Amino acid sequence: MAATTHHHNPDVNYINEFKGIGSWLTSLDHKRIGLMYMISVLTFFLFGGIAALGIRLELFSPGQTVMTADQYNQFMTYHGAIMVFMVIVPGIPAILGNFFLPIHVGAKDVAFPRLNLLSWYVFMVGALMGIATLFMHKVDTGWTFYTPYSIKTSGAATMMVVAAFIMGMSSILTGLNFIATVHKLRCPGMTMYRMPLFVWAIYSTAILQLLATPVLGITLLLLAAERILGVGIFDPALGGDPVLFQHFFWFYSHPAVYIMILPAMGVVSELIAAFSRKTIFGYTAIAYSSLGIAAVSFFVWGHHMYVSGQSETAGIVFSFLTMLVGVPTAIKMFNWLATLYRGSISFQSPMLFALGFLFLFMIGGVTGIMLATLAVDVHFHDTYFVVAHFHYVMVGGTLMALMGGFYYWFPKMFGKMYNEGLARVTFVFIFIGFNVTFFPQFILGAMGMPRRYFDYIPAYESLNKISTVGSWLIGIGFLISLYVIIDGLLRGKKAPANPWGAKTLEWQVPSPPPHTNFHHDPVVTAGPYEYR
Amino acid sequence: MMWMNVARAQSLMPTRGTEVASQVSNLYSFLLIVSFIASAILIGGMIFFAWKYKRKTDNDKTPYISHSTALEFLWSFIPLVIFLGVFVWGWYVYHQMRDMPKDALEIHVVGKQWAWETQYKSGVKASNLVVAPIDTDVKLIMSSNDVIHSFYVPSFRIKQDVVPGRYTALWFKANKLGEFHIFCTEYCGTQHSGMIGTMKIVSREDYDRWLEEESKVGLLPLAERGAKVFQVKACASCHSVSDAVVKVGPSLWQRFGHEEETSSGEKVMFDENYIRESVLNPNAKIVKGFPSNVMPSFQGQLSEVEMAALIEYLKGLK
Repeated sequence: MAATTHHHNPDVNYINEFKGIGSWLTSLDHKRIGLMYMISVLTFFLFGGIAALGIRLELFSPGQTVMTADQYNQFMTYHGAIMVFMVIVPGIPAILGNFFLPIHVGAKDVAFPRLNLLSWYVFMVGALMGIATLFMHKVDTGWTFYTPYSIKTSGAATMMVVAAFIMGMSSILTGLNFIATVHKLRCPGMTMYRMPLFVWAIYSTAILQLLATPVLGITLLLLAAERILGVGIFDPALGGDPVLFQHFFWFYSHPAVYIMILPAMGVVSELIAAFSRKTIFGYTAIAYSSLGIAAVSFFVWGHHMYVSGQSETAGIVFSFLTMLVGVPTAIKMFNWLATLYRGSISFQSPMLFALGFLFLFMIGGVTGIMLATLAVDVHFHDTYFVVAHFHYVMVGGTLMALMGGFYYWFPKMFGKMYNEGLARVTFVFIFIGFNVTFFPQFILGAMGMPRRYFDYIPAYESLNKISTVGSWLIGIGFLISLYVIIDGLLRGKKAPANPWGAKTLEWQVPSPPPHTNFHHDPVVTAGPYEYR
Repeated sequence: MMWMNVARAQSLMPTRGTEVASQVSNLYSFLLIVSFIASAILIGGMIFFAWKYKRKTDNDKTPYISHSTALEFLWSFIPLVIFLGVFVWGWYVYHQMRDMPKDALEIHVVGKQWAWETQYKSGVKASNLVVAPIDTDVKLIMSSNDVIHSFYVPSFRIKQDVVPGRYTALWFKANKLGEFHIFCTEYCGTQHSGMIGTMKIVSREDYDRWLEEESKVGLLPLAERGAKVFQVKACASCHSVSDAVVKVGPSLWQRFGHEEETSSGEKVMFDENYIRESVLNPNAKIVKGFPSNVMPSFQGQLSEVEMAALIEYLKGLK
């Protein structure tokens, strides 16, 4: 080790130091595992995206057009299950978190590299089991697996549920690894308050992954047991309670919403600081608001159930607590805005995605407050208003941040620059396409169109047509992104160590980084955003 | 005031059929206005800063502003106050929705895959139709036959899950005559989006007259009575009767007296006994090309007279 530390060859990096497919599949390097996650998640994203385009195509006109009602229900189930369990939950933490969290805290790797590799394998086993159900009797329960429908359906729901359980195990392992890494592997001088906000966000997410995911696991196992063994936990015909399933499910799946969005907030904090060349405003407030959101998110699950038959009192308590989550979220929005103030703002593609995030997340946020409001939610619950809201948060938020983060760190990950002009074009298509697709859905929801509808009354037709056209624009945007990635990998110019002039540690090492991340053990003497 | 009108036009909610619906719309309008203002501040601010502080040279110096306690307190506290105000307002309206009136007219509703069945105290039954008098407190007592459904009337802004194994309830007091949509808003399988019913609000007199007419169904000719059974049991959700279009199950139009090929390949005559068997034990002989385990059994739900009426009705579908 001493030899490589003192006489390092600048052309040797984590990609080319070891060769062959075997060196990847057995690699304990967090960077390589991050890339393996990237390839898998992007592949699943393609599947989920095709299902989304299929859904929108069928809804272009009322009545049966390109698929039957059963096929539609399968499309909407696979779209939801793939996008949630295989794309957005693992997305930012497992790809960008794996790659950058250790470097951000000045570590050579995560705390448990073998566990890290195991979590990728466990994820792949779960994901492939989920995909395998496509070749069995396709699942039509929706990604929420609500009982008793999920017990009665003839689809391969048991297999899908076990697949989600296994992917949950992977999520737990990843979370555990990140928590240990943050606490035990920070380099000399890297205090908690010198960590980039991305690390704070991933750390808060990891706590949620560790504490909430087991509940999902238990719930899904109970559901599988009920399907296989006929144990009467949720099926009223056997003396069970179907609403109990909803409580269990959302006890995980609401924190999971923050598992999906907190990492995105971390990425956006990095992007806004870097492209404003300015220290982040209210570092402590942003860091603690992540933890605050994580904590409160455990106590708001019942806002998914205002009309489920739970008591009026429960509805009131959950509405109140949900309003409280709005506060740390608002704090973050204002802090990002204040960071822009008197900055030196450049509009390179990652920043465009970050600003796009602020715009879309604002709309996602205010509509979230509307849905938290009891009386208004009774009207909006399970309508397209909810569909639009969570797409503004999950896609407008998480996916925009993932794209922005991806362009931001692409030079570091691959040592190549991509075509900046084309990358901006992708932003224009995705941003405009997104709004064209999902803004009309708010209006459809206000008009009363329920979600998961294969067919609809004629009054909803024109807005559905607009929405479908928007989905094509998003599709084109992602196709161009794919081209930008491939073009950058094949023909990109060599990337300098720090193309953006950013201050966090990953930009102080070569692009791509060496196998051990740092040629010299780093010592940190200042915060992550010292632009002065 | 102009703001209020703009917001109303923006909201595009369906007609308001109850007082509660008006209250929900008002709260929604308020939320829209506050949201527009908040978005104008944040998104407007973002666009303004992006334009004003655009990078000029690569060596721009930026000030080191780490935080401002006063500002941060303000932008935590003001949203908190607004959120709590909205919470209380939402609670107030929600309480009216959930506070069941005493002495209301009670109608029983059963959700099933994929129809709404209503039953009145007098014994009158209807399917995918709730007829109720105007300006009267009406309480719906609801349950489900199979999976969870959700009873939703957009114009009344009311919604309640209909859960197997327990009763849930809804109430409304309509202040507008007319017909309004009933949607199912909890995903319940193949025909989820086809589970559409009609909420018909009529005058007190029309309501009494309708109940009276419906209770005379027993005196109708057999085929007409069969048509009624067909409607009440919501057979039409899955079987068409006026053309050969396939909904979920096979069309029943012009089938009587013809041979059908079953999924096992054998031929079966579409006659009285085949109809009877298919109603009571639907999986016994499935028409070729259709899946089994889709149609529920109606064992014990039809009297012999009703069964005869139903067969008579199917005979006449020409």
